[in-house]
Amino acid sequence: MNKIDFSGTKSFTSTRNACALCAPLGATLAFRGIENCIPLVHGSQGCSTYIRRYIISHFREPVDIASSNFSEESAVFGGSENLKTALDNVIRQYHPSMVGVASTCLSETIGDDVPMALREYSASGRGDGVPVVQVSTPSYRGTHAEGFRGAVRSAVESIAKGGTSDGSINFFPPIISPEDLRHLKDILKDFGINGTVLPDYSESMDGGAWENYYKLPAGGTPVKAILNMGRASASIDIGLCVTAPLSAGRFLSEKFGHVFYSTGLPLGIEACDAFFRILSELSGNPVPEKYLKERGRLADAYIDAHKYLAGKRAVVYGEPDLATGIAQFIEETGVKTVLCATGSRGMSAGFSSSLPQIDGVKCALADDADFTTMLELCRDLKPDMVIGSSKGFYLSKNLGIPLIRAGFPVHDRFGGQRLMHFGYQGTQQFFDRIVNAVMEYNQNSNSIGYSYI
Amino acid sequence: MIKAELKSFSNISAEKVKDSILNRYPAKVARKRGKQIIINRVENGDQVPEILANSRTIPGILTMRGCAYAGCKGVVLGPTRDILQITHGPIGCGFYSWLTRRNQTRPETLSDANYMTYALSTDLQEDEIIFGGEKKLKKAIEEAIALFNPKAIGIFSTCPVGLIGDDVHAVAREMEEKYPEVNIFGFSCEGYKGVSQSAGHHVANNKVFTDVVGQLEMRKEGKYIVNILGEYNIGGDAFEIERIMELCGFTLHSTFSGNSVYEEFASAHNADLNVVMCHRSINYMAEMMEKKYGIPWFKVNFVGAEATAKSLRKMAVYFGDAELIERVESVIAAEMENVLKVQGEIRPRCEGKKAMLFVGGSRAHHYQELFTEIGMETLSAGYEFAHRDDYEGRKVIPGIVVDADTRNIEELTVTPDEKRYNPRKKNDEMQKLESAGFTFNDYNGMMTEMKDNSLIIDDLNHYETEILIEKYKPDIFCAGIKEKYVVQKGGIPMKQLHSYDYSGPYAGFIGAVNFYREIDRMVNTKIFSLVKAPWQESPELTGSYVWNK
Repeated sequence: MNKIDFSGTKSFTSTRNACALCAPLGATLAFRGIENCIPLVHGSQGCSTYIRRYIISHFREPVDIASSNFSEESAVFGGSENLKTALDNVIRQYHPSMVGVASTCLSETIGDDVPMALREYSASGRGDGVPVVQVSTPSYRGTHAEGFRGAVRSAVESIAKGGTSDGSINFFPPIISPEDLRHLKDILKDFGINGTVLPDYSESMDGGAWENYYKLPAGGTPVKAILNMGRASASIDIGLCVTAPLSAGRFLSEKFGHVFYSTGLPLGIEACDAFFRILSELSGNPVPEKYLKERGRLADAYIDAHKYLAGKRAVVYGEPDLATGIAQFIEETGVKTVLCATGSRGMSAGFSSSLPQIDGVKCALADDADFTTMLELCRDLKPDMVIGSSKGFYLSKNLGIPLIRAGFPVHDRFGGQRLMHFGYQGTQQFFDRIVNAVMEYNQNSNSIGYSYI
Repeated sequence: MIKAELKSFSNISAEKVKDSILNRYPAKVARKRGKQIIINRVENGDQVPEILANSRTIPGILTMRGCAYAGCKGVVLGPTRDILQITHGPIGCGFYSWLTRRNQTRPETLSDANYMTYALSTDLQEDEIIFGGEKKLKKAIEEAIALFNPKAIGIFSTCPVGLIGDDVHAVAREMEEKYPEVNIFGFSCEGYKGVSQSAGHHVANNKVFTDVVGQLEMRKEGKYIVNILGEYNIGGDAFEIERIMELCGFTLHSTFSGNSVYEEFASAHNADLNVVMCHRSINYMAEMMEKKYGIPWFKVNFVGAEATAKSLRKMAVYFGDAELIERVESVIAAEMENVLKVQGEIRPRCEGKKAMLFVGGSRAHHYQELFTEIGMETLSAGYEFAHRDDYEGRKVIPGIVVDADTRNIEELTVTPDEKRYNPRKKNDEMQKLESAGFTFNDYNGMMTEMKDNSLIIDDLNHYETEILIEKYKPDIFCAGIKEKYVVQKGGIPMKQLHSYDYSGPYAGFIGAVNFYREIDRMVNTKIFSLVKAPWQESPELTGSYVWNK
């Protein structure tokens, strides 16, 4: 494995076509996975507007995110009064069960003390007792991946309480799709596990048409369930790249003395096996027949499609947990990851250690990567496909190779919120997409027009 | 919300709707919003009530508005094709403004510069926030020059930049001395400036005026040379306008800024007329170019077939050449043939339906034209970031109170250029035109053209959107992506007028036809009737769904 250290030696100082979004976006997405929680971005209103329009472009759902609307005056004298007014207004309008405050480059640069402002706020009897969770998310200190994990960690730090064990299990997934989250919950149900998934935007970010108006879409982890997370018998971080300070599972297990597991994103047979083994151990139940059949079909598909995929070379990018998850998965199918990249710096330690050793082909690993640097590397790496979000279309178009869309944001195709990357079933769906992209490419690049390939 | 009490426009009291909105606000908020929610009444042709606009959004109230950076980098400079843009700041802002507004470009050859798909950022990290980011910015500029050798580089400041003391203007000057062949300029468009993206428009206008316009002496061939200001080529609108200009025989010197190139901006002072599409975002430029170079300007609107025809006629009359006037008439006649045919087909299906528009700083006004052309009525409208003059007309400008937020944006003092000031029309020519009813420097605003009792709302927020929909039950609602899905969840078709829902063009004659068909598709769809399963009984429903009307 050939690690490219972009932070020290990369040839460009500037970031050209970034491969990461900002930290408060990740935080607000996580907050939308808490039931009846309204996110509030503490900064200029542009931050909340940009973040909303971007999240919406992928999920095609209403996304309300409030702002403390800094003016030039608050940028100079501090934004705590704006924050308090914003809390008043947002609590009065939404009657939320929680407000999630994410800071921004602006509020952090001027050194706004959000925890102090919140203490003053509740001490003055304002806010109707609604819990307010705050997370520090300047985008000069992390990407959306860190913001997402940070918000989850902050939520459990400030809300979870201990007590007699209720036998439940806490799950902390990385950024995956609502469809993935629904699948995860189905799996837990089939194992008979009383699980709490945080965040859970399976319904709130992919819901049906409404008969009645809702200020905030239904769904999400109830605040009460977060409160009870201290009473669980185990916590599981899904995704190996999460660092200790960002790990909600590690925090809970240390504070409340329960078992902690860290397992990779269950994508690919081996990673799924590891995940299902943990569920089987914890529940004391064997893996349900249904999943064994899914696993069987998946292995069968690997065999059937081997002729299309073996030896192909892929460029993979995304948040650290997703990118490494994809690399592990496609390695099983015979596709070589020639470049595995992420825009994140903060989770890079886990990123390099969780990548599989890949025989024969050097895999370049790039953290702090951007798409233009990736494109330059690709001239030598000669990949056959690109796997990741819509932003990799830049690579795909320039290299003339297919883009298999995964992760976030997917806003040049329909149904990004229903793409799967989780479990045997999610792997199957993802695998079919990869094989079909290769077949489509082969078909289209042949002048004859074969309809049977 | 969907519980329907069907009412027609005429029997809904705007006062009652306004009251029901304000009722639920605390007194202080209600007082302020009361001045921003106005029941329209047009008297003596153009007298309308005063509206409070361009005023700070209340924290915690969900606004449609963006920031100064979005207005400067995203709106005004974003659509240019060969000015390399560097976002100076942490990564988010640069990423979010990367091709998001769907401005289209069409390089003349494959090798012509086109930086649209490229987003360069200094991606500031914590160290630079503490110790300063100027060094990194200089390096980024050098890299950009090495990579592309661009004619011009714009630097766009995000929130932290001003606060950590980075001087983007000093960096620009220093780098320009080092690379004299590249025009390098910086924008102080930190997101907290002003009250909306409008501040960023002004910042952009100022810098482009001082550092770009007038830098190059080039005049395109032709007799009738015009600049179009405030056309950003969303969905290919500018391409349609370019097509029409060419048919009519106008020479389009530059478009500010859709599908434009640096050299056209830099030599724009050589045109003989400025026409203004989006008054809000670019009227500063029109005013300043008139003062400095003597180029007259007037407002046009290429949204709506009739409005397009009217605008073309006015441009022809300005030049006053009989041959041009005749050619414009023949183009209009030829183009209107298909427009009227499609109107005739679609109008019976759309006639009488109701629209609401809350968008931008001119679109909420312009698009009413298209709805009128297919027989639809606008119940309520408002802007996201406009000023009083966009509502009430430019006549109110002298009376607009300048508050602290506006004062923070520099107002340039412009004087005639010693050598290049050249009034394109002599005084007597101007007077002759004006006495025949021709208006220059004109914009009468949205309210003067709307019906009495329509509800005008500035900076509409989420909560008010709910009430409007509940009370008025419009057939279509127009705004942006942030509003789209909440409106559609409620069963009302929603048209995005920022990105056009990834279709278009809607400007000009071809655009009008596109829009008629699009609205016909949306207001006559049966999809909403499938929302409820047949076995889902809901006895509390008192009427029928709006989509079943």
